[in-house]
Amino acid sequence: MKHNIVIIGAGPSGIEAAHCLAVSGEHVTVFEKMEDPLENLRNKAFLFPDFTSASELTETFRTKLQHPYITYRGGTSITDMERMDGRWVLTTDRGEKIDTDDVILATGYRPFDASRKEELGYGIYNGVVTSLDMEKMLLRGRVVNSIGDLPSRVAFLQCVGSRDSKVGNNYCSKVCCITAAKQAVEVKKLLPEAEVFIFYMDLRMWGQGFEEIYRSSQQDYGIRYIRGRISEAAGTFDGKVQIKAEDTLTGLPMKMSTDLLVLMVGMEPSEGTRMLAGRCGICGEYGFARSENRHLYDNVTSREGLYLCGSCKRPMCLEDVISDARSAAMELLKSR
Amino acid sequence: MKNFSPFVIPFTVGLIILLAACCIKWVRWYRHFTPVQKSQIRKNLISVNLIRALVESVNECLLHHRVFRRNLMLGYMHGSIALGWFLLIVTGAVEAGLEVHGDRHVWVAVFLRYFVHDPEAVCPYAGIFAQVMDSLLLVVLSGVSLAFVKSVYHKVVGMRKVTRHTAFDLFAKYSLWFIFPMRLAAESATASLYPNGGWLTDAVGSLFSVETARLMELPLWGLYSFSLGLFFASMPFSRYMHIFTEVPVIFFRRLGVRETDRRSGYTMYELSACSRCGICIDDCPLNRDLDHKTVQPVYFLRDIRYKRPQLETAEDCLMCGRCQVECPVGLDLISIRRQMRDRGTLDTAGTYDYLEKVKPFNAIGRVGYFGGCMSHLTPGITESMKKIFDAAGQKYWYMDENGSVCCGRPLYQQGFSVQAAELRRKNTRLIKDSGVKILITSCPICYQSFTKEYRLEGVKVMHHSEYIAGLIASGRIVVTRGDESITYHDPCELGRGCGIYDEPRKVLEASGRLLKTGQEREKSLCCGHNLGNTLISFEEQGKIRDSALSNLTAPAPDIIATGCPMCKKALGTGNDLKIMDIAEVVARRLIFS
Repeated sequence: MKHNIVIIGAGPSGIEAAHCLAVSGEHVTVFEKMEDPLENLRNKAFLFPDFTSASELTETFRTKLQHPYITYRGGTSITDMERMDGRWVLTTDRGEKIDTDDVILATGYRPFDASRKEELGYGIYNGVVTSLDMEKMLLRGRVVNSIGDLPSRVAFLQCVGSRDSKVGNNYCSKVCCITAAKQAVEVKKLLPEAEVFIFYMDLRMWGQGFEEIYRSSQQDYGIRYIRGRISEAAGTFDGKVQIKAEDTLTGLPMKMSTDLLVLMVGMEPSEGTRMLAGRCGICGEYGFARSENRHLYDNVTSREGLYLCGSCKRPMCLEDVISDARSAAMELLKSR
Repeated sequence: MKNFSPFVIPFTVGLIILLAACCIKWVRWYRHFTPVQKSQIRKNLISVNLIRALVESVNECLLHHRVFRRNLMLGYMHGSIALGWFLLIVTGAVEAGLEVHGDRHVWVAVFLRYFVHDPEAVCPYAGIFAQVMDSLLLVVLSGVSLAFVKSVYHKVVGMRKVTRHTAFDLFAKYSLWFIFPMRLAAESATASLYPNGGWLTDAVGSLFSVETARLMELPLWGLYSFSLGLFFASMPFSRYMHIFTEVPVIFFRRLGVRETDRRSGYTMYELSACSRCGICIDDCPLNRDLDHKTVQPVYFLRDIRYKRPQLETAEDCLMCGRCQVECPVGLDLISIRRQMRDRGTLDTAGTYDYLEKVKPFNAIGRVGYFGGCMSHLTPGITESMKKIFDAAGQKYWYMDENGSVCCGRPLYQQGFSVQAAELRRKNTRLIKDSGVKILITSCPICYQSFTKEYRLEGVKVMHHSEYIAGLIASGRIVVTRGDESITYHDPCELGRGCGIYDEPRKVLEASGRLLKTGQEREKSLCCGHNLGNTLISFEEQGKIRDSALSNLTAPAPDIIATGCPMCKKALGTGNDLKIMDIAEVVARRLIFS
């Protein structure tokens, strides 16, 4: 079997790159380890900074994937790839060998496993959830505490698994600051009576419209920001979570009990990213895939016929991912 | 004077310096023993311990049993020189006693062949003595040759790295090496002139012509005496002082003398008892993984002994105790390290005011449970303990659930002795006031503190592994045995620190399939996060952890288990491995009746 171009990963970046190539007349095969594409996006409710419904984007990407020049192979993992006689040979989990000219890695990220920060009690106390769990609750339009009641207090904690040398991730995951502000606002919209706190180290509202959400979250929604990390969480007999923190602006230790503690988990390279970047010898820092040059050649790699797009390179937000996918497609077409 | 020649003077002078210096040092150090240490000696002086000390002295100082266990060649090297030379001296003295009557000065036995030309005439056994003495000399010479080979090629005795000695130590070493070839040469020269040689000296002596032998005899004896004198005179001031301090250290230790929080006379004995063999270097994690070359006990003790201690050297130690397991002299290296970190005088007034707010609790009829600060960061452990207590139907008092007071050991290890004592006082009062008879802790750091640094008479302190093992054995809890494979990481504080190796293993064997690892029990590798070291960086800790992990993951287990919250956190950092505390392993296999 011969393929012109193979894209590994059917998230926003993989699909966008495939679509760009397809409309330019290239035949593309997209491999995805899950049956359905867009695993991460499907579980999102609203997108920052404009609160667009994530389902709108999901539908658009699904339509794009239907292009006649795109072959979608869901439920198939690539377990190995190597360069042979000027072509890439990919092995699937079914033992199939696929021979192709070019490969685009769009293997993306995985959310940080919050149970690795055991002191925060995720997986131990039901009142401790991650930003992903919160997003699912928001998607269902119902935010509840550990015993199924409406929470009267919700605390968000930033930088869980990011900027934390203790878990081996010194980098910033870029999207959590604004996501917490966004989720806090959504919680307040659903539960106007609830108190909402955000614990942070410093807030990085870098994107267009981010600062406005941050400001409005305080002025219009009464969300309170506390500078300080939470050192430990413990369950209480009534299903709440007691947190210990230090308010570093007042310099005082504090204790607070809350119905929900939401851990803003960062982005780590996915298993696929780690493994394939490793196999191709383009493993960068923290297991992300390494491009040739951050400024000029951010979609090409040191290996011929191997391109990168999206969050397999570093934490990225959706806007960045989509532009990056287009530029990867362009880079590939240029080489033809 | 009969039986005298001027060449014996260097030897005699050296011997006088040696004995005088030893006596002065011994007496001075003994006077600096603490009253408690002195009373220990008086209390145990007439006891079976004295015989045990004698046996240990022979085993270690002459036979070098511990060194043999580490490496046969290394054991032979030390043993052949020590025991060989000792027997040469004893046999020589006996022979001199039989052959020389009157004017038997101390040098006569040493230079016997020079003074007694025809021993057969005075002693019927002289021939046998000559053969025995020659054989012993050969044994010593073989040891010296091995030492020479070792100095060029360490691996011959199984050492990766050896001590970098000071110039003075090297001087003493070379004078020691010189003694035995000189003795052989001198005795051989005499043996070629008179019928007093054994098989070896006769053989070597036959190489001399009569003229050469006549010419060389006196100068060779002179060189032999000179090298003896140099070595003796340098002994009290070099590493060879260990020969005269190892025996007293063994006796003191057997009589119950221990290191204290501050340096005492006993410490001075221990410092000098270090032979600087360098065995502690290879297994030190800081050396093995980080290439820190100057902090190992051999250098640390030397620096203190020569009064140029470096605080940084004192601080750069995990206190994992791995070196102490290997030390052939059995020195208390951790305590000496701690003494050097003295910060007790730092002003920390007001820091512990919060202690007043922690109120006593009446817990009569319950067991006490002390999670420890680290367990608060690993709630998986404390939650599992709650489940286990519930399953056993055990009422408990979770002593540090709210407003916890640290056990004090992290401070103590860092030299904050006074501050740690303050925390200990508070906890002691809380424990005594509560009325508990059993105190269980999940943290080996707290466990070591409660058992060694606290005085909790009437309260049985248990690590949770001991407690759980007891519950399983008595049938108070029932655990289903899964088929998951487990490797166990021995925490430094629990294993080497408190000697608890079997209970965690019993508990794990009841819960799953326990696999062996390459380095376990007292040889287990530190996780790198021991609170003993606050100098090394997080990345450096990571390198040490990775060594420990590679040992634990080698048998490809499903679960890595440990018994310490600190180790659990350390081992799980930056990876996806399944690291569990033994309490967690048990809690998820509990059967509730």
